[in-house]
Amino acid sequence: MEKKVILIKDTGFKSDTTRDIQSLFLKAIRDIGAEESIQIVRAADLGIYNQGVVVKILPDNTVYTHINSDNIDQIVKAVHKGEVLENLLLKDRVEQTRIVLRNCGVIDPENIEEYFSKGGYTSIAKCLFDLTPAKVIKEMKKSGLRGRGGAGFPTWMKWSFAANSFGDEKYVICNADEGDPGAYMDRSVLEGDPHSVIEGMTIAGYAIGAKHGYFYIRAEYPLAIERVENALKQAYERGLLGKNILGSDFSFDLEIRLGAGAFVCGEETALIASIEGKRGTPNPRPPYPTDSGLWKKPSIINNVETLANISAIFQKGGDWFSSIGTEKSKGTKVFAVTGKVKNSGLVEIAMGTSIKDIVYNIGGGVLNEKQLVAVQTGGPSGGVIPKKHLDTPVSYEHLQELGSIMGSGGMIVMDEDDCMVDISKFYLKFCVDESCGKCAPCRIGGYQMLSILNKISEGEGELEDMDKLHRISQAMQKASLCALGQTAPNPVISTLRYFEDEYKQHIIDKKCRAGKCSKLIQYTINPDKCKRCRLCVTNCPVSAITGDREHGYTIDQEKCIRCGRCFEVCKFEAIARV
Amino acid sequence: MVKAKINGITVNVPEGTTILEAAEKVQIKIPTLCKHPDLPPTASCGICIVKLVGSNKMLRACCTPIEENMDIITHDPEIVEVRRTVIELILSKHPNECLTCGRNGNCELQKLAEEFGIRTSAFQQFLPDIPPDTSTGTIVLEPRKCISCGRCVTVCQQNQNVWALCFMDRGFGTRISPAGDGVSLSESPCVKCGQCSAHCPTGAIFENDDTAKVWKALQDKDTYCAVQIAPAVRVAIGEAFGYKPGANLTKKIYAALRRMGFNAVFDTNFGADVTIVEEASEFVQRFTETPEKLPLITSCCPSWVDFMEKFHPDMKENFSSCKSPHAIVGVLAKTFFAKKRRIDPANMFVLSVMPCTSKKYEITRSDEMYSSGYQDVDVSITTRELARMIKQAGININDISEEEPDHVLGEYSGAATIFGVTGGVMEAALRTAYDYITGGKLKNVEFENVRGIEGVKEGAIPVNGFTVKVAVAHGLSNVEYVLNKVKEAKRAGKELPYHFIEVMACPGGCIGGGGQPYGITDEIRKKRGEGLYDEDHNCKLRYSHENPFVKKLYEEFLDKPLSEQSHHLLHTTYVKRPEYQK
Repeated sequence: MEKKVILIKDTGFKSDTTRDIQSLFLKAIRDIGAEESIQIVRAADLGIYNQGVVVKILPDNTVYTHINSDNIDQIVKAVHKGEVLENLLLKDRVEQTRIVLRNCGVIDPENIEEYFSKGGYTSIAKCLFDLTPAKVIKEMKKSGLRGRGGAGFPTWMKWSFAANSFGDEKYVICNADEGDPGAYMDRSVLEGDPHSVIEGMTIAGYAIGAKHGYFYIRAEYPLAIERVENALKQAYERGLLGKNILGSDFSFDLEIRLGAGAFVCGEETALIASIEGKRGTPNPRPPYPTDSGLWKKPSIINNVETLANISAIFQKGGDWFSSIGTEKSKGTKVFAVTGKVKNSGLVEIAMGTSIKDIVYNIGGGVLNEKQLVAVQTGGPSGGVIPKKHLDTPVSYEHLQELGSIMGSGGMIVMDEDDCMVDISKFYLKFCVDESCGKCAPCRIGGYQMLSILNKISEGEGELEDMDKLHRISQAMQKASLCALGQTAPNPVISTLRYFEDEYKQHIIDKKCRAGKCSKLIQYTINPDKCKRCRLCVTNCPVSAITGDREHGYTIDQEKCIRCGRCFEVCKFEAIARV
Repeated sequence: MVKAKINGITVNVPEGTTILEAAEKVQIKIPTLCKHPDLPPTASCGICIVKLVGSNKMLRACCTPIEENMDIITHDPEIVEVRRTVIELILSKHPNECLTCGRNGNCELQKLAEEFGIRTSAFQQFLPDIPPDTSTGTIVLEPRKCISCGRCVTVCQQNQNVWALCFMDRGFGTRISPAGDGVSLSESPCVKCGQCSAHCPTGAIFENDDTAKVWKALQDKDTYCAVQIAPAVRVAIGEAFGYKPGANLTKKIYAALRRMGFNAVFDTNFGADVTIVEEASEFVQRFTETPEKLPLITSCCPSWVDFMEKFHPDMKENFSSCKSPHAIVGVLAKTFFAKKRRIDPANMFVLSVMPCTSKKYEITRSDEMYSSGYQDVDVSITTRELARMIKQAGININDISEEEPDHVLGEYSGAATIFGVTGGVMEAALRTAYDYITGGKLKNVEFENVRGIEGVKEGAIPVNGFTVKVAVAHGLSNVEYVLNKVKEAKRAGKELPYHFIEVMACPGGCIGGGGQPYGITDEIRKKRGEGLYDEDHNCKLRYSHENPFVKKLYEEFLDKPLSEQSHHLLHTTYVKRPEYQK
């Protein structure tokens, strides 16, 4: 009998109970003595969101949603017998275009055979035996694939520079130092389909004439590291890595290097310094890594998502790939959609899909039926896109025109409860914390901007602060050494561009529309609505609410820390936020 | 060659030339703060940005090689505005203490702020609360004044291979520090060479100012004040008074020191002649009697000694035990000279003026530095400190008449004066050693192959049918190559690659020392070196052992080189020291 695999994923918004569910499944399997025929695997992403705990049965591809402890025995028995449980089946799935995530949640990532069953490693075979390195690059050019790490540099061009660069050694580096807040597509690919990345790197190695490659994975991704290690072992065992791959003349070795958690090490020259054992700070370019990279040898650094596209391109052809997407942005892009959206999670869509479609059709719309105000893309280097531009198709150029970027694919939906000054502060603080400190504009400029934003959000802002923000932004954009500093002001610039009134409201009226800036708000109790239930009194962490049932309750503004707890717990809307 | 345009002016420069260098060729000065002409670019300040016509981005001129057909704009209102903002940002994290700062008047940040006409503090000041590190007594690290340009880290790690300084923390909290939390500079591998202080654009790394001690001694009527100046000081101090690099001010300095109130003005060069007599005797002894103790390695440079004691203690037997020239003048002043003049050495104050910060450390480094019964050299100040003292004393050095040094520790040979430049100690020692071994004179006393600013220089001199192989290294990063060759040969039981090795810690030798006037480049090193070689060339006396006062010293006081008395007063010992003391 064919072995069945049950993939589990908790797609819930807040909790992750995958581990607990896994042990319940294991117990159920043991109970019926099916350990040999049913295997349990925790999945990083199944492409299904907000459906509670979801399991997918392989190879049948049956998906059950909203699993709880009551129906685990039932599922295990059904799997064992080969039956289908109609009542738990997934309904109304929204289709995405899955190239990068094609195998994630579909195959067992720990089993190379399953990758083979999806056509895995046929692309490297095709490249090695049917194509010269130059033809490989030509096919890449045809595909139009551009780097998914953020900047969108044409991948074929990078490869071609490295291929034409002289060096006795060359290197292929997979940049898996994913660090944008909220983005986890790279982790998902490494956890769900590590072989596709290995195959992509091997093809890259063949194309540029490299014999060695490195996975640079952030150490905070233990499962991804484990899966890649396992996949490397299997690939070596099958002769897909190492000497004379598949009997060809091409030899290629891959090893893993761990990143110690500095965001800036995602910048290619800093990444190289980190692999070389130096302090992870960027270096000026030129020389570009394709001329003088790791150990001063020609090197290419490609992002995980970029590399995961490669084998698909060679399976189906560059023309097929370029038929997807817009004129200048080909293929698909994975977004990590989060924020005030009903279905948050990873979404892979064809380039050119509108932001509206992502938010409303795939994401299911705004949570709690609130008003969407803006969508933030591109993480800390990106910007906000206000509601009026929601029809914009997703592509490198379109997003840039709006003052944002594709970045690594973060997408945060913001509603009327989000404050733009607060959002700027959040992203800027991230870059200030992550600045390596090497160059003055970024090191000091970011800190100064953050202190100005803090001032504004605390009601201490002056109108000239907005000029200062513009001035420092300009200096950072023009004079910072690397992309971190050059793009760090983007969230501030774009919110200033689209939501200048909101800044002015903070500065002149000393008000925060969204009620996020705690120094600018006050909570008061409306005695007419108050039912004197004392719920607010018991929930106040600083005992700022006093009074009694007879005379009613008041909030001591001196003591109040504006945490909003009373506002949240009151069932009668008796707490007012002004 | 690359052809490009800068501000519309066509330039033709060799491939690899940076935009900054190319602009200089057509009389355009692009402002920089982190780039030092002596060091590779650190690309950290962001002030040298320029525009490419048709591009939205700005490039750093300091590290971007100019390319064919580039059309560059170096100055326009937008660029100047960005530069001004960056300078203002840097100033927002730098204390406004110019008036009381050691770099007041020659600070590169201050100069830039002046050029850009910055009149107000545009941004809120945020100053880190990090106390100064005065632990070494030689250089003072003041991280509050640091602008994180990275020059000191580059010299310490790349040029000197010491790795005492590094960047700690990140982002706004980035600071220069010895590696490891809570480690002070004196507990770090720091060898006190002071190259960091000579390259620092601000007052963040500054020599420990000992001038107050000197003024105090000069005020005390009961103290007999003696002073000596090192060879390299004479050809560099002029730069602080508008002279060209290499101008030899020896006799003007004597006069100035006398006016400042020193009772006796000596010259460290006399000590250098004694060092050579002792060291050449040591070499001859090892060469003829105990060849297993070869190679002999020079030990005049205290930073090099410190480096060896920390990183190569297995080589300490190869070190010349002879003290450095200023220590010799110190001990002889308080013994030989004091006795002759019937001065109580207890009431003597000996100052040495050195191109060096490390000499401040050397004067108390071991018990042998007290062999007169007192501290042999009481205070050591740098060239930069003496220049300030001369200004404080109101002496017009340009017009002052030349004077002679005092007997009996003042006269010197040409061999002594070249001690101040890389290869000079070797050359001086070879002149004397050749005479000692062969009993004859060299045809040509000038050893061209140990001269020049190449990092490692090698040479071979035929002596009595035998070839003496020598190596000269300067800049501590060049030492490993030489020592590794020796160690490999010893391990393999092969013939020694060198018999005699000279090392000076600072690139160029003492003329490029950490206590010399600011703005060092290879061009300036060459000029200062030429200043010393010219003096040697014009000296009647070219051999240390022929200095009549040295002869007299041995006749009257020391007996002969390597005598018991010499060993007691003129030699020292070495110990293994930990790289980190914490």
